[in-house]
Amino acid sequence: METIIEIKNVSKEFNGEKVLKGINLSIHDNEFMTLLGPSGCGKTTTLRIIGGFVTPDDGDVFFYGKKINDVPPYKRPVNTVFQKYALFPHLNVYDNIAFGLRISKVPENEIRQRVAEMLELVNLMGYEKRSVDNLSGGQQQRIAIARALVNSPKVLLLDEPLGALDLQLRKEMQIELKKIQQRLKITFIYVTHDQEEALTMSDTVVVMNEGIIQQIGTPQDIYNEPTNAFVANFIGESNILPGIMHRDYLVEFAGNNFDCVDAGFAPMEPVDVVIRPEDIKLVEASDEVLNGVVETVTFKGVHYEIVVNAYSDYWVIQSTKSANVGDIVGLSFTPEDIHIMHKSKPARQSRYSRTVSEDMADDK
Amino acid sequence: MTSKSKFLAAPYLLWMIIFIVIPLALIVVFAFTTTVYTDLEGNLLSNEEFDELRIEYDNFYDMADNELPYKKQTVFTLTHIMEVSNYVPVLLNSVWLAIIATAICLLIGYPLAYLISRMRYGFQKLMLMMVMLPMWMNFLLRTYAWMTLLERNGWINKLLGLVGIGPFDMINTQGAVVLGMVYNYLPYMILPLYSIMTKIDNRTIEAAQDLGANSLRVFSKVVLPLSMPGVASGITMVFVPSVSTFIISRMLGGGTNMLIGDLIDLQFLGNAYNPNLGSAISLVLLVFILLCMSITNQLNNEDNMDGGMLL
Ligand SMILES: Nc1ncnc2c1ncn2[C@@H]1O[C@H](COP(=O)(O)OP(=O)(O)OP(=O)(O)O)[C@@H](O)[C@H]1O
Ligand SMILES: [Mg+2]
Repeated sequence: METIIEIKNVSKEFNGEKVLKGINLSIHDNEFMTLLGPSGCGKTTTLRIIGGFVTPDDGDVFFYGKKINDVPPYKRPVNTVFQKYALFPHLNVYDNIAFGLRISKVPENEIRQRVAEMLELVNLMGYEKRSVDNLSGGQQQRIAIARALVNSPKVLLLDEPLGALDLQLRKEMQIELKKIQQRLKITFIYVTHDQEEALTMSDTVVVMNEGIIQQIGTPQDIYNEPTNAFVANFIGESNILPGIMHRDYLVEFAGNNFDCVDAGFAPMEPVDVVIRPEDIKLVEASDEVLNGVVETVTFKGVHYEIVVNAYSDYWVIQSTKSANVGDIVGLSFTPEDIHIMHKSKPARQSRYSRTVSEDMADDK
Repeated sequence: MTSKSKFLAAPYLLWMIIFIVIPLALIVVFAFTTTVYTDLEGNLLSNEEFDELRIEYDNFYDMADNELPYKKQTVFTLTHIMEVSNYVPVLLNSVWLAIIATAICLLIGYPLAYLISRMRYGFQKLMLMMVMLPMWMNFLLRTYAWMTLLERNGWINKLLGLVGIGPFDMINTQGAVVLGMVYNYLPYMILPLYSIMTKIDNRTIEAAQDLGANSLRVFSKVVLPLSMPGVASGITMVFVPSVSTFIISRMLGGGTNMLIGDLIDLQFLGNAYNPNLGSAISLVLLVFILLCMSITNQLNNEDNMDGGMLL
């Protein structure tokens, strides 16, 4: 696939605080890429660098192989759905959406048609004459999406566009946005701190923390093969335990040696061991498995969340079967369920992120 | 309105009645009435007849029976209002000078307010202080200062003389009056503009840029329409005092450029003592200003609705 945008080694500092530390990203034609990370990790800043509102201190941004560090926002072929909508308060719904088309001198009858299409798309037909101040947060957000989309940009930047919506509408809009993206064949760069949203919508997820890319990959990669404890913990709940890698395919944690599927670590290297709560099965206590005492049981709707104290660590387990507090139970998992990670070290993570992105580029 | 808020509003209501409603009512009363004198039977006296009676009375002042031989009456009249038409040229001149002064204030004030509103916060405070600094000096003093600057042998002419130009007649011209208005009222233009411009969210400007608008478009389609309320109040705040000033024209216009304010002043405190006429002129001016204000407000409302389509 053709690479549309490339970000090379971009760094940014605000008031002496390093907000982005060497970001490398390539964004392909027609890709739905999500930047995922906790609040303040630099997602918006990355997006604003692509939009042209922030100039990187270091590194370059390329569109179709052309360096565009100094191209002003109004000349870039991207449109943005801003985190806080930023609608024009002096214009009504229709004129807000028509703004970009009027700037590019599209004839009024075509504008009318395209605005109508957009309003239908975001399910706000009949709102043309309404003042944007009188709309609810969710309606304003949908107007902001329509205002950006109507220009059919090559790349659409979306900064937490569904943040203000209730769960129901949020789910609907997720599906809607995904459909729009596929139908109009637009590249989406989507910012969110909601991991579920990232996993359900994206082709590629970029996990960020403290201005560093932790991992780039498909939702499955990110979920099943987190590269470090941060990613594992951020993408769904995880049990993260200190361990030692004895040799390839053999790891020690929780007082036992376990077979695993990971290799390539130094002998006796201290590592983080990650096991997903839903990968652990509750079984009868026996010598074959790790045993522990049930500490709490919480009903979560689809499953029970059971906390077990085993080998003086608390393990979170999701199980459809309930258990009683105080029971002695066994924890069972297969070698495939054990994920071994290097201990978090920022320098190593940034090297990691680059390898991952290069791997991905090779895949495509 | 709850009874409690009514109660809280009472002092303001009282204030407004004492200092706004009553004076206004008095002006209206004065404008539409005149004092006439009648004899004791109620027959209207002409000026000559009245003078005769008065002199007669004054001469026989020490007589025991000193009941006044005439009566004073206040009657409704339109003469004063009609009389105002004699002064239309003065009114027009005042309006014209006020319009020029307001336009200059807008031309200087708008870009300045915009620049200030885009500065760093600390700088903004400093600049605002500089804008307001002259206002802390007495109005008369400020205007006097301009007199000494503009005089034929004042500072400006002296300086120009050093490089061999001039001297120019600057004082006692309409230009000097306009200069005085601009100098004195510019802050009233800058402050409302500044306060509305700081409220313009930077993100709306970025959104416009994002949608393809260059700086010029951003200005004409976002900044200008969003700052129209500030323009309207700035215009009002400069135009109203400019059109009714009398000190500035007297000090810098040298009496040859009489403005409507001078005229009113003359009727109350000057030689032409005639409060009824003074009130009538004030009332006409008041109505005129109200009209101007409602027009600017109208403009402002329209701009708010479809300002984006104007340009
Ligand atoms: N213009 C700015 N001036 C100073 N600091 C800034 C500026 N913009 C961002 N920052 C800082 O940079 C850091 C990253 O900000 P950014 O907005 O990119 O975070 P984010 O990942 O989008 O977070 P959120 O999920 O809360 O929106 C924050 O610490 C923020 O305070
Ligand atoms: Mg953000």
